[in-house]
Amino acid sequence: MSAIAEKKVFSTPQVLKDNVYHFCPGCHHGLVHRLAAEALDDYNLATSAVGVIGVGCGVFLYDYLAIDCCEAPHGRAPAVAAGIKRTNPGAFVFTYQGDGDLAAIGTSEIIHAANRGEQITVIFVNNSVYGMTGGQMAPTTLPGQKTTTTPAGRSPLNDGHPVNMAEIIAILPGTAYSARVSCHNLKGIRTARKAMHRAFQAQVEKRGFALIELLSACPTNWRMTPQQSLQRMEDEMIPAYPLGTYKDF
Amino acid sequence: MAEKQLMQGNVAVAKGAIDAGCRYYFGYPITPQNDIPEYLSAALPAVGGVFVQAESELASINMVLGASAAGGLAMTSSSGPGISLMQEGLSYLAGSELPAVVVNITRSGPGLGGIAPTQGDYNQATKGGGHGDYRLIVLAPNSVQEMYDLAGEAFRLSYSYRNPAMILADAILGQMKEPVQLSIPVDPPGEGSWVLSGAKNRKPRLVKSLFLKDGEMTVHNLKLKEKYDQLKAKEVKVEVDCPPNCSLVLVSFGSCSRIVRTAVDRARKRGYPVGLVRPITLYPFPEAAVREAAENADRVLVVEMNTGQMVDDVKLACGNPGNVSFKGYPGGSVPTPEEIEAEIYGILEGGLQACQQ
Ligand SMILES: Cc1ncc(C[n+]2csc(CCOP(=O)(O)OP(=O)(O)O)c2C)c(N)n1
Ligand code: SF4
Repeated sequence: MSAIAEKKVFSTPQVLKDNVYHFCPGCHHGLVHRLAAEALDDYNLATSAVGVIGVGCGVFLYDYLAIDCCEAPHGRAPAVAAGIKRTNPGAFVFTYQGDGDLAAIGTSEIIHAANRGEQITVIFVNNSVYGMTGGQMAPTTLPGQKTTTTPAGRSPLNDGHPVNMAEIIAILPGTAYSARVSCHNLKGIRTARKAMHRAFQAQVEKRGFALIELLSACPTNWRMTPQQSLQRMEDEMIPAYPLGTYKDF
Repeated sequence: MAEKQLMQGNVAVAKGAIDAGCRYYFGYPITPQNDIPEYLSAALPAVGGVFVQAESELASINMVLGASAAGGLAMTSSSGPGISLMQEGLSYLAGSELPAVVVNITRSGPGLGGIAPTQGDYNQATKGGGHGDYRLIVLAPNSVQEMYDLAGEAFRLSYSYRNPAMILADAILGQMKEPVQLSIPVDPPGEGSWVLSGAKNRKPRLVKSLFLKDGEMTVHNLKLKEKYDQLKAKEVKVEVDCPPNCSLVLVSFGSCSRIVRTAVDRARKRGYPVGLVRPITLYPFPEAAVREAAENADRVLVVEMNTGQMVDDVKLACGNPGNVSFKGYPGGSVPTPEEIEAEIYGILEGGLQACQQ
C-alpha cells in the first residue's frame, strides 16, 4: 500500500490558546488575535513577547494568547509599552488598542510614542465605534453614521470628522512602518497577514515604531448582520479609510 | 562609611533613589521640582539607567507602570497639577500591585496656584486622589538628609508591599541645602514574581487590575486591605518628643515641623512643658503615637501649611478631639517660629485662665 503524502496546509498558531472567544458573531477582534498569533509564532516571539492591552473589547487578549500581558489604563498603552521596552529592550512589546483607546483618549500617547521612535508594535483595531461601552461615537465614526451618542448620525459640524491615524502616524520621523488593512474579505485578510508580519519585523529589526491599522466590523453596535457589516466596510469604510502602506522601512 | 556632601533637597531625593537601586525615571517638567529630572537626566545614564522626558504626567506615570511591570525600580516626580494627572495611574499601580515611587514637591492650589511652599496636598496624597479602595504609602521628610534617606525607604516599602509610594515634600525641602550622609549604594533587586519578561520556561504572567467575575474584586480588595493592615502594624514612622507633664503637644509634619520644632524649643526654654509629634509616615498614619501623646497632654495643637487637613487624622486618632486646636498657613504663607510661639502661649495662657475662672 503506498502512503499518501500529507501536506499540512492549515494549523492553529501554537501561541493561540484553545479558548472560545467572547466576541460577538462577525466581530473581527478574533481574526486580529489570530493574525497576531501567527506573527508571534513565525518570528518565534512567544517567549519574549509582552502584550500591552488597551481598554476595549480586546481587553481579554490574555485569555487567548499564551504570552505575558499587561493591562494599560484607557489610551495609555503606548506609554506603558514604552516603559516596558525601555526597561527590557530584549522583549518584543506590542500594544492592542481600539479606536476610542488610540484615536481619542490616547492620541497624545500614540503620537509621542511614534515620534520618539519607540521600538514597539501597535495593533490598532478601527471599528468606527466604541464597542465595549455600547456603541457610542468614536473619533473614527463616519459622517452620518448613527451611534448611541449620534442618534441622528454623526454631524461633522457638531461632532467633528473621522481621524485617519495610519496617515498621521506615517508622517512622524520616528515611525518605521504604518499601514492600513482591512478584514472584510479574503484578499484583505491576506494583505493584513503580510502587514502584521511587517509591523512585527520592524521591531525585531529595531527599525523604529510600527503601526498596523485594521478596519474591522462591530456588527452588534452597527446594528447589522455580519454579512451586512462586511458590505458596509467595503462600501463606506474603505473609501473613508484608504487601504495601503503609508510608510515602510 | 560613605561620604558626607552638601546637597540640595531635590538632588538628595534623586540621588537617594539611585543609591536605592532606581534605574528608570520618566517625568514632565514642573516647578518647583525641575532639579530632580535635570539631575537624573545625566546621573541615570551614567549608571546604565534610563531617563525619558515624557509628553505629559499621564504618560510619565504610565511609563513608570510599564517599567515596573518589566521589573525596573522606577520613579517619577512632579507637583500640583502634574500629580493630579497621575492619579489614574497611581490607582492602576495600586490595583495591579506594582511598586513605584512618586516624588511630590507640592505647589499651592487649587488650580495653577502658586509655587511657594505649602502642604495643601496632604489629603490628595493620603486619602487616595485616584479612584477605588486603595492607599498610597506616603513619607514626609523634614530635612535634606531625610529627602535622601526616605527615597531609599520609599523604594523598600514600595517593593516589599508591591504598592506605590509617595514622598511628599515642598519647595523649602526641595530648594534648601544641607549636609547629607550618603549610604552605600545598593543594586536593584532581583526579578520579582510579577515581572513580565516573556513566558520562557514558565507560564505566562499577567499584570492587571480588572476583576469582573463574580466576587473577584471583593477578594482583591480584601487582599489589598491585608497589605494596608500590615503597613499599619509594621511600618509606622514617627518622631515623638514629649516632656513629662506635657501641657501642650504640637503635631506637625514636613518642612512646617522644622519651624514648629524651633518654637517648641524656645517655649521649653521659657519653662513651658510642650511636646512635638512629627509623623514621618503620613500613611500609615501614626495613630497610636498621636493618641498616646494626646492622652498625656492637656491640649493638642496641629500646625500645617494649609487650611486644615492632617488635623482630621489627628482628631480621629485622639480620644478627645475637642482638645485639638488647629493653626494653618495656606497658600505659601510660611509661619515664623515667633508666630507659632505666640500660638503656643495663647493656648497655654488662655487655658490657664480658663482653669482659674
Ligand atoms: C478613563 C476612562 N474613560 C472611559 C472608560 C470607558 N471605556 C472603556 S472601553 C471604552 C471605549 C472602547 O472603544 P474602543 O477603544 O474603540 O474599543 P472597542 O471596544 O471598540 O474594541 C471606553 C470609553 C475607561 N475605561 N477609562
Ligand atoms: S461589541 Fe463590537 S467590538 Fe465588541 S465584541 Fe461585539 S462586535 Fe466585537
